[in-house]
Amino acid sequence: MATTTPARRRADRDLSAPRHQALGSLLGRVWAVDQVGVEDRAASLAKRSIKRESKLWALDLAIRMVDLTTLEGKDTPGKIRALAGKARRPDPTDPTIPSVAALCVYPNMIATARKALEGSSVKVASVATYFPSGQASLAVKLEDVRQAVAAGADEIDMVIDRGAFLSGHYAQVFDEIVAVKEATGDHHLKVILETAELETYDNVRRASVLAMAAGADFIKTSTGKVQPAATLPVTLVMLEAIRDFYAQTGRAVGMKPAGGIRTAKEAISYLTVLYETLGPDWMTPDRFRFGASTLLNDLLMQVRKERTGHYSGGDYFTLD
Amino acid sequence: MTLTKKPESRPAAASWGLSKRGTPWEYAAAPEATDHIEIRREYGLFIDNAFAPSRPKETFEVINPATEETLSRVAKASKADVNRAVAAARRAHDTVWSRLPGSERAKYLYRIARIMQERSREFAVVETMNSGKPIKESRDVDVPLAAAHFFYYAGWADKLDYAFPGRTPRSLGVAAQIIPWNFPLLMLAWKIAPALAAGNTVILKPASTTPLTAYLFADVVRQAELPPGVVNIITGPGEIGMELIRHPDVNKVAFTGSTAVGKMIGRAVAGSRKKLTLELGGKAANIVFDDAPLDQAIEGIINGIYFNQGEVCCAGSRLFVQESIYEPLLDKLKARLSTLRVGDPLDKNTDVGAINSAGQLAKIAELVQSGIEEGAEIFQPDCVLPDKGFFFRPTLFTGVSQSHRIAQEEIFGPVLSVLTFRTPEEAIEKANNTPYGLSAGVWTEKGSRIFKMVAAMKAGVVWANTFNRFDPTSPFGGYKESGYGREGGIHGLGAYLDLSSEGANGR
Repeated sequence: MATTTPARRRADRDLSAPRHQALGSLLGRVWAVDQVGVEDRAASLAKRSIKRESKLWALDLAIRMVDLTTLEGKDTPGKIRALAGKARRPDPTDPTIPSVAALCVYPNMIATARKALEGSSVKVASVATYFPSGQASLAVKLEDVRQAVAAGADEIDMVIDRGAFLSGHYAQVFDEIVAVKEATGDHHLKVILETAELETYDNVRRASVLAMAAGADFIKTSTGKVQPAATLPVTLVMLEAIRDFYAQTGRAVGMKPAGGIRTAKEAISYLTVLYETLGPDWMTPDRFRFGASTLLNDLLMQVRKERTGHYSGGDYFTLD
Repeated sequence: MTLTKKPESRPAAASWGLSKRGTPWEYAAAPEATDHIEIRREYGLFIDNAFAPSRPKETFEVINPATEETLSRVAKASKADVNRAVAAARRAHDTVWSRLPGSERAKYLYRIARIMQERSREFAVVETMNSGKPIKESRDVDVPLAAAHFFYYAGWADKLDYAFPGRTPRSLGVAAQIIPWNFPLLMLAWKIAPALAAGNTVILKPASTTPLTAYLFADVVRQAELPPGVVNIITGPGEIGMELIRHPDVNKVAFTGSTAVGKMIGRAVAGSRKKLTLELGGKAANIVFDDAPLDQAIEGIINGIYFNQGEVCCAGSRLFVQESIYEPLLDKLKARLSTLRVGDPLDKNTDVGAINSAGQLAKIAELVQSGIEEGAEIFQPDCVLPDKGFFFRPTLFTGVSQSHRIAQEEIFGPVLSVLTFRTPEEAIEKANNTPYGLSAGVWTEKGSRIFKMVAAMKAGVVWANTFNRFDPTSPFGGYKESGYGREGGIHGLGAYLDLSSEGANGR
């Protein structure tokens, strides 16, 4: 994991300068998104046929991109340790299978996760900012972040204030992200848009631009608590926003679809959309993650199938 | 986001062209299987539900434009064969088909549609092998749409009296139908489905380079147990098509193809009582305003001109971009062009396949050369083309002015001319400033502007925020040198009916 963006990069957040803010709101534009067109494009990319060696390559990459996630009220230290084992060594029978990118947990579980992952390449990601609703005061959210950082999280997954966004209080959303970014220090910040609650692709695109301008290192679709979570068209809209932001500012922002991606086939469709939108530079866990839990076992099953030519039953892969 | 110039450090989008060098992720070849396909060594003419050699027996070669390999040989019809075919169609019309109740004709049409769906994979593979179009298009567009046309017109067959109130619709008789090589099966469906629904019988002449799906369709005709003579298919050079339309016992001529041939047909039919519809060339304007959904507009532009290698009469070959978004749009367009996958049409991941013939390839190359010589700036992605077969790199020209040949002549290939405009009035003026008028596209988020533009475009079809969308219910046809008459929808039905007699509802 090389690219954590230092919080100090004012230049990246040019738009917050008063001069730009005024101009931005009066003249600036976020390109409109045509629903029919974007859904068509996503559907046509999902029809790409990825076979043999290119499929194996994609499966391996997808495993390395997984943020293995458990975000439940019933999470226990035991559950976290079990999942940490899975994250380190997804398939105990096959040492060639790489570790996943990160383990994503609630703040209370950071310490346990940290300890269980010691010595591995797996990062500890924690949700914060009053996840999943984000309906708390800024002070509470920032304290949540500071504690998560203090407890040893490498990456922070924050939620935006959807209520403020939908009321048109964009500046408030923007300032909150800036404040959270400052509180995370040099740690990696993923900004969750909760796209299902934003309802339209235009809003998704606007929120993406806003989050990137405010300093997000990653933008992320969903908390996983609202349906539908990640979808291919929503991801495409966000990737297009990332592409334009990169073209305008030169700063590369990562993408994390989260929730609802359960099969290897779906994961490969996401990688195809990524590849044909942003190119090979984004085909790395530094710039793309899957927020998922059940996905991992299907990836493992497909790898084994590609290698051996036949499917193994579900009981040949560990459930953690 | 504001529009500023992008930093110089940005890697050129073209540098990750998919088919170029060892990019980290190469899609492995994913060819559609062809082992279940049976293409006969030789096809005779299809007359009276039987395949028979032409008299005298002559054949010509049909090749796969992607490999230049011979696929089959088909009969070369003579004047005597034309007479036989017309006689068969006349007999079938007068004694059987026009006398069947509409609901009975519908039954046959539904049957054809269902069989086409059942055999869709076979149709798609043969269509791709014979025409050079990518399998994803024949599979997802040509074949499903062809079946949809039969379903749609099957529905009209028993409702003709209600379709034209106050008239007593009657079939015209024998229809001579000549179709081009760009959408062999789809054009067949556009022609045959409404003709049969209206009670006519047909003689279809497919293009000489692409007769194979028509002969596969002949098989479907037999499978559906259509009465002999209702559908007849003959193959041969252009002259044999002219013989067919000149035949005195033909009542209706329908042609899709080039404007030059369309004019010849118009002259040949003039003075007779034959009904005529012509669907000819085009040079469509695709107009992008500064408030357009830009990323989807890019897809629409790509789909508009590189769909079917640009061998589409309604292709959006002239792109008009509002000057204030010219730069970001062009950047995006070039980047997107570089991700197009050109190559084996049978590969499921191919976006742009082979040009249909060596002759067409030479014509495209000639016009592109003229663009360069006239001073337009050419851009082509850095993709590797197969060694064999007729392939052409997706091409775009900037700095094009109205007076350039590439802005005026129909290229019928993957070549886009980019022009700019400042105001809506200028866009309208330039877009309409062409001898053609088949289609147009408008990209804007503003509903009022869509309506204004649609009303101002002298084009038979205007798409808003999309391009190259077809539906059996929607009429299709041109203004000016793009032809006359409409196909599709209720308009397309009327073109195959005699509506001259008034009468109460029902016969």
